[in-house]
Amino acid sequence: MAATERDAVSLGGAAPVMSPDLIMQVAPGTPAREMSYQEAIREALREEMTRDASVFVMGEDVGKHGGAFGVTRTLFDQFGGARVRNTPISENTIVGAATGAALVGMRPVIEIMFVDFSGLAMDQICTQAAKLRFMTGGQCQVPWVLRMPQGGGAGKSTAAQHSQSLETWFAHIPGLKVVLPSTPYDAKGLLKAAIRDNNPVIFLEHKFLYSFRGLVPDQDYVLPIGKCDVKRVGTDVTIVASGYMVWHAMLAAQMLEREGVSVEVIDVRAISPLDRETIGASARKTGRVVLVAEAVRDYGPTGEWAMAVTEQAFDYLRAPVVRVTGRNSPVPFANSIEDGVWPRTDDVLQAVRQVMAY
Amino acid sequence: MNPDKSTLLEMYRRMVRIREFELASMDLFKRGQVKGAVHPYIGQEASGVGVCMALRRDDLIAGTHRSHGHNIAKGADTARMMAEILGKVTGYCKGRGGSMHIAAFDTGSLGALAVVGSGIPLAVGAALAFQMRGEDRVAVPFTGEAGSNTGNWHEGLNMAAVWNLPVVFVLENNHYGVSTNIKDAVKVDDLSVRAQAYGIPGERVDGFDVLDVYDAATRAVERARRGEGPTLLVTEAYRFEGHYAGEPEVYRNRQEVDQYRQFDPIPRFREYLLKENKATDAELDAIDTEIKQEIARAIEFARSSPEPEPATAMDYVYA
Repeated sequence: MAATERDAVSLGGAAPVMSPDLIMQVAPGTPAREMSYQEAIREALREEMTRDASVFVMGEDVGKHGGAFGVTRTLFDQFGGARVRNTPISENTIVGAATGAALVGMRPVIEIMFVDFSGLAMDQICTQAAKLRFMTGGQCQVPWVLRMPQGGGAGKSTAAQHSQSLETWFAHIPGLKVVLPSTPYDAKGLLKAAIRDNNPVIFLEHKFLYSFRGLVPDQDYVLPIGKCDVKRVGTDVTIVASGYMVWHAMLAAQMLEREGVSVEVIDVRAISPLDRETIGASARKTGRVVLVAEAVRDYGPTGEWAMAVTEQAFDYLRAPVVRVTGRNSPVPFANSIEDGVWPRTDDVLQAVRQVMAY
Repeated sequence: MNPDKSTLLEMYRRMVRIREFELASMDLFKRGQVKGAVHPYIGQEASGVGVCMALRRDDLIAGTHRSHGHNIAKGADTARMMAEILGKVTGYCKGRGGSMHIAAFDTGSLGALAVVGSGIPLAVGAALAFQMRGEDRVAVPFTGEAGSNTGNWHEGLNMAAVWNLPVVFVLENNHYGVSTNIKDAVKVDDLSVRAQAYGIPGERVDGFDVLDVYDAATRAVERARRGEGPTLLVTEAYRFEGHYAGEPEVYRNRQEVDQYRQFDPIPRFREYLLKENKATDAELDAIDTEIKQEIARAIEFARSSPEPEPATAMDYVYA
């Protein structure tokens, strides 16, 4: 990889540098390799396909081309076109066919090129796959994983139809697990868990994270779906975040430490099932909560997180809960107006200072 | 094809079983004992039975909101089906599905999906799994003619065609998508020509004639089993009842329905069996009686079965 990718990823503009050592998840001395988020996802696919012949990959241009972001690149050469299967542009049938294959014992990992295109497949995702186990009285199970890149920002300029964060579309449907990994370590461990899960899992990869690097253990490991991860322990304020926003939270926490503010960062990891207990326990401990999500504000994930705080920690709160979210707007193209759409480290800093000053 | 006597009698038995089950379910619905909706398959029995008799038990079907008939044709147990439409815990789906979602996985179902066209991709995916594993099984999605206007259907035919998958797409032309006649929804008369767009064979058969359907289905299934790819099979029949039991049917007149009722597939097949000396009146009467008793027992079983315990409402919810 290029040195710039290895060492740090610049947020652009005057923002501070985000380096891999912001999030250390592997204990010193553990055999591990540094790799990118994209490589970690690919490694999870490779290992699971090697371990289990029923696992296969299917989607638009996932073969030699390696998918829109190169995640499946080289898998075609290793496993061939039957198990790394290019499809016609037919999102609904890609998902539906995965459901059919899953019903008869396969474990498909399917890719929709951008989460924005999932609208074409919502019937198969939300009305078929999510409900089959329930409405058949448990006669069947649907063990597929639907991988979709989402999010935008930082000069990507992918505009209104290739930049959205749509996790709550899926989390609103009982019957879907929804995972948003933030680091290479989490991406690998959560994808392995998703592939081994007997129910449909929506796996949302943040496009901007693909080049982020971090240590990944050599040993096989699986992370639990439905448990938050405390990325940083603190005592004064809790930041709850997911996906790429975890990095902004971590960077803000590091900067606030210099101001004498001790920040706890909770990485939600999965918004369905949501681990309300870990969020509640942290809120009870600190009494101050900031919620950070890239999705647009209204009916976005932070509303549900705030409710978890209210239900579990109301009597402990020392300040109103504050949220930092994407602006309620379609995503524009030009950098000058795109920049204002996304939550950034400065917004998180400001929100923390606000709850500390209350 | 030259089916033997036991096969012919089994075709008759399954058609009568569907008819009696549907008459009973409509009756229970009209008396308020079945909630939700019942979509009768009456008039189309020869289609489901002709197709499913051409299948093995380990072949799979994907159903629709109107799939009582498909399940019975594939060999499902009428008592567990009746229990399901009465919302009882002894039903196939333990009362979670109801009439529109009866799916007997033990006799080869991929589920009954009540969004028109949505079962198509499931069958394509199951067939893909069969192909990848080198199994000689076949997947058969049923759809009404109106389903052939959905994206699922066109995407599914194309994908199965391009991958040469063992699928027999059965398009049952009962003439109406709810109230809309197919003439108002498709420009072509012969729906089987739609297969040409995907480079696969399409065949149209008399859906009132169980042997015609069986013959064409057997050829399509064998073709799929040999690895020669999918076929579109259009069965031309008619929906004798409304879209759902008790529907007012303001969009068609009695004469039209009566005209099609002359082709009722069950008396027609009975006449054939007698005329060709394949069966005697006594044999066929015995089947009629046997089925009436079976359905009466199914109703009794369903009525006497318990409803699901409220405490189990969240069973099978994992996220």
